[in-house]
Amino acid sequence: MTVNEKEFRPFLLDQVSYLTLTTKKFENRKKWQPSKPKEICSIIPGSVIEVLVTSGQKVKSGEVLLTLDSMKMHTKIEMPYDGVIKDVCLAKGDRIPKNFIMITIK
Amino acid sequence: MSFKRNILELRKRKKEAQQGGGEKAIEKQVAMGKKTARERVKAILDENSFHEYDLFVEHTGRDFDMDKKILHGDGVIIGTGTMYGQPVAIYAQDFTVFGGSLGLMHARKITKIMDHALKMRVPLIGINDSGGARIQEGVNSLAGYGEIFYRNTNASGVIPQISVILGPCAGGAVYSPALTDFVFVVENISKMFITGPGVIKSVLGEEISMEELGGAMVHSEISGNAHFFAKSEDECFEQIKKLITFIPWNNAQKALRFPAAEPLASANIEEIVPNDPHLPYDIRDVIRAVTDNSDFFEIMEYFARNIVIGFGRIDGNTVGFVANQPMYLAGVLDCDSSDKAARFIRYCDAFNIPIVTLEDMPGYLPGVDQEHAGVIRHGAKLLYAYSEATVPRVTVIIRKAYGGGYIAMNSRHLGADFVFAWPTAEIAVMGPEGAANIIFKKEIDESENPEETRKQKIQEYKDKFANPFVAASKGYIDEVIEPLETRARLIHSLEVSASKVDTRPLRKHGIPPF
Repeated sequence: MTVNEKEFRPFLLDQVSYLTLTTKKFENRKKWQPSKPKEICSIIPGSVIEVLVTSGQKVKSGEVLLTLDSMKMHTKIEMPYDGVIKDVCLAKGDRIPKNFIMITIK
Repeated sequence: MSFKRNILELRKRKKEAQQGGGEKAIEKQVAMGKKTARERVKAILDENSFHEYDLFVEHTGRDFDMDKKILHGDGVIIGTGTMYGQPVAIYAQDFTVFGGSLGLMHARKITKIMDHALKMRVPLIGINDSGGARIQEGVNSLAGYGEIFYRNTNASGVIPQISVILGPCAGGAVYSPALTDFVFVVENISKMFITGPGVIKSVLGEEISMEELGGAMVHSEISGNAHFFAKSEDECFEQIKKLITFIPWNNAQKALRFPAAEPLASANIEEIVPNDPHLPYDIRDVIRAVTDNSDFFEIMEYFARNIVIGFGRIDGNTVGFVANQPMYLAGVLDCDSSDKAARFIRYCDAFNIPIVTLEDMPGYLPGVDQEHAGVIRHGAKLLYAYSEATVPRVTVIIRKAYGGGYIAMNSRHLGADFVFAWPTAEIAVMGPEGAANIIFKKEIDESENPEETRKQKIQEYKDKFANPFVAASKGYIDEVIEPLETRARLIHSLEVSASKVDTRPLRKHGIPPF
């Protein structure tokens, strides 16, 4: 394999800069994002069977917010802590992808 | 004279069965750019050495009108033959027969040849080209897969197992190759995945082509499931024929010895490595500078390129090389490179192949993604694999050997037999820049000219620790050698280790962090 030396890039490690190439996998790695406790995201895609809460509603920890049909299973999404619903971002019948913000909490 | 009729009848039956799925199906196979199962077997084995068994086996499906179907050989060819005159067992799924789908008898044929290979202690080559489980046979086809996996596992580390993916290999079927030692893939032909594009689209709504999801390059570069990538079936067969020259026929033997040969004159080791530890070079050039004929057969060339693994010969004997690659990601250790090297080390250990480690590595790759991906347990695989290995183990430290990476790369402390270092070696807890900033933080911060002090302190640390002599003074390194002496030292140390006896506590098996 021939390598074009111009493609070498500085690569910082322990305050030392090395000249090197990177890999596709390294370039495409996922940047970390802190978790957002006020957003309830889907962890797998699915379709919405029912939505049980509306905007502005007071909900106790553990109460069911909605039911998702994912991977041949009906999964109940529960309220993580006592709070008030800000937005409901989906409706019955919607198909949602992974990491979709389903419900936000005030 | 009465024989003649029987013989003619036999010939007729054979001819019919050998047609597989018939002309039309064969035309389709060829149109896809693929060879037939029989052609593949013949291309891999020595000429005229193939003997086929179970040609007349018939499938046992009775439901869904399957009883009316004739499936020649039930979609798989099994047999024995030779490579370089040495016996091997082989099976090849025949996609022209009902899509090479796996039913009960198909699986029985495969497990028969697997049992044979294990008992006779000969390598097993499996050519995969199958649409998957034969749904019409229901749980019988699942049973078949399970029985194959069980045998793959039993044969692991006893006989070499080679998987060649020359078509689709989907669902449960992919787990047989995954359990074997080496997986060969070919561009545009090999397709491996647990769930295909159709299912992914219907469940997840993600659209992706077969090639992007589980094509040859994806498994060579991204997933690490494949070990050898080829552009054509012929190139793939050449790779298999080359690999087999480096490995022993079973775990009780050593690899065949070849006539010793010097490296090529063009491979001048002193011109390859820059003295400045921040500058890159291709570690494979260093390997080629010490191997016979400068020949190096790389494994997993595209995956985790920051570490290089593969076979070469030194003084005629096969050696497994594990080497940091400064040309990629500065040669850091990370999840993938640890995983890649650890498995190869275990392969070498299982098959009596000495391991030569070439070290030039600045440490572990920092990052949230690495920590969360489990760099602790993946990194531990490398420690485990080296510590566990009882084959001869030699390390040459070329430049950087910092921190945990120094320990992991077959250090004396993990049981290396010989550790050599070039005079350019830097064996330290970390690089001089980082170390000076920690040790002399106060002095640097309080200095009138912090930058000047920092430079001074870095130089001070460099002079003191960025060399091989501190480690040599403790006996952690056996000898500081000149680069040009590397091959001679490797030859001698491997010669001395030829009858090495090393044991580990008796146990059922260890619990490696995989």
